[in-house]
Amino acid sequence: MSLSVDVRHRAGAFALDVAFESGDGVTALFGRSGAGKSTLAGLVAGLARPAEGRIVLDGTVLVDTGRRIAVPRRKRRIGVVFQEGRLFPHMSVRQNLLFGQRFLPAAERYANPGRVVDLLGIGDLLDRRPRHLSGGEQQRVAIGRALLMSPRALIMDEPLASLDEQRKAEILPFIERLRGEFALPILYISHAVAEVARLASTVVVLDAGRVAAVGPPADVLGGSQAAFPGAGEAGSILTARVRDHDPADRLTRLVLGETALFVPLIDAAPGSEVRVHVRARDVMLAREAPSGISALNLIPARVVAVRELDGAGVEVRLAAEGATLLAQVTRRSVRELGIAPGLPLFAVLKTIAVDPTAIGRELR
Amino acid sequence: MLELTPAEWEALRLSLKVAGVATLASLPLGIAAGLALARGRFYGRTLLNILVHLPLILPPVVTGYILLLLFGRRGPIGQFLESIGIVLAFNWKGAALAAAVMGFPLMVRAIRLAAEAVDERLGEAAGTLGAGRIATFVLVTLPLMLPGIIAGAILGFAKAMGEFGATITFVSNIPGETRTLPTAIYTLLQVPGSEAGVVRLTVISIVVAVGALVASELLAVRARKRVTGR
Repeated sequence: MSLSVDVRHRAGAFALDVAFESGDGVTALFGRSGAGKSTLAGLVAGLARPAEGRIVLDGTVLVDTGRRIAVPRRKRRIGVVFQEGRLFPHMSVRQNLLFGQRFLPAAERYANPGRVVDLLGIGDLLDRRPRHLSGGEQQRVAIGRALLMSPRALIMDEPLASLDEQRKAEILPFIERLRGEFALPILYISHAVAEVARLASTVVVLDAGRVAAVGPPADVLGGSQAAFPGAGEAGSILTARVRDHDPADRLTRLVLGETALFVPLIDAAPGSEVRVHVRARDVMLAREAPSGISALNLIPARVVAVRELDGAGVEVRLAAEGATLLAQVTRRSVRELGIAPGLPLFAVLKTIAVDPTAIGRELR
Repeated sequence: MLELTPAEWEALRLSLKVAGVATLASLPLGIAAGLALARGRFYGRTLLNILVHLPLILPPVVTGYILLLLFGRRGPIGQFLESIGIVLAFNWKGAALAAAVMGFPLMVRAIRLAAEAVDERLGEAAGTLGAGRIATFVLVTLPLMLPGIIAGAILGFAKAMGEFGATITFVSNIPGETRTLPTAIYTLLQVPGSEAGVVRLTVISIVVAVGALVASELLAVRARKRVTGR
């Protein structure tokens, strides 16, 4: 499974000049609004034609302006989940779901309606009209509709952007299961670090119509803010293993190397690996192990690099349990604690600061 | 007093037939024109817009005269149609043409508004799901336009029922052939002592017009329910 994009395109005053390759799993197109994410997704889906360039999906040329090839969108077999759902209002959920199937010969249908309905938990909604669904339900139906056209790839254009945190938490697991069960290449567009950190196997950072960075999320998102300008908050991604749950206190204990890491209760089996996105500004630093402190997580670490930011902040890059951890503290703290490369210290992380929706299962 | 005379019955029947045929025959064209004006990006779009609205702003007598010039037995289109066996001059088919032309602007306006209200991004979504242009139109665009199409058809029908000026100019006032309700009322008014007949036909005209409006509202509400699921 591979997607290869090399295009130049103009839309009004906006210029897009992008080239990247990505492989299995979820490729995240990441960047702030107006960076060109949706425009690029539209070129892949066939909603617009690039002025110049090539797009190749799994060896099939979708667009090659040099050879005057542009496969029409209806023949691309790329399922698209739009930000605003775009369900057909005059059809029931069932009719929406089965819309794409009718254009496909029976032999090419691999998506089983019953299985998709079960996976997305929309069995009770089948006879309803889209208008009577909540935002989260609409997006699940939109995902189901895209899946039931038996696509060769899936594009999800900010599928969670219009939803509140609770709805996001409701849908993210479905997207994760999708990634596992259907083994579809997914192009996932988002400007939310947490979603990208949780889902992506490759991250393509777009900035002002150009590729600013490409790579695995831990490398791209774990980097400093400068690596992906304006793309969101600096932070790091830790890969940890689930030890156990404490339902009474609503906590989950993870282990990162030798260190226990408490996070808000998540739905993951003990022993499984998860990714945790930790914002740099949620990490405090201490020279000695503090006592009598409310924060549950104390991670022994060593300073790797110190970089001054524009404002009062300084970014401290730490090595902790074999992973990279970013912290943002003030210039004053750096001076008073004498923080410099090589210094051993403790990183303090409030459990509550970890967004449980930003914790995702590793792709296995 | 309330009993209709055979001549009045004939005028009512003829009016319904003329207006019905005019509406049904012009509906496909009306849908095409409404869509073209709403979504088309083509050269001559303004010209089409003017052409469609012309019968609304021209004096009906002028429209009728132009129809006579074009579709009369010696007119260019009339001669061609006659060569394939269709005569429009001075018969009910001509009356239907006049009624259709006069009702067309109203019909197209309603349909155009409906077409503009349909989210084109739904068509994009249908395209990514494998639907071609025709399938997208039949399965998505047309059903979503349905309330507007019904409203347009009924407006056109009501206009056709009441058409007078262009009709009498183009196809005259022939009993049983082109004497519709309005021309029948006009004719009765020329004869002293026939006020009772005028009143009866006037009442019928009002009943038909109001009935059409109510029917269009009911149908549009039902169609909107079906379309939006509300």
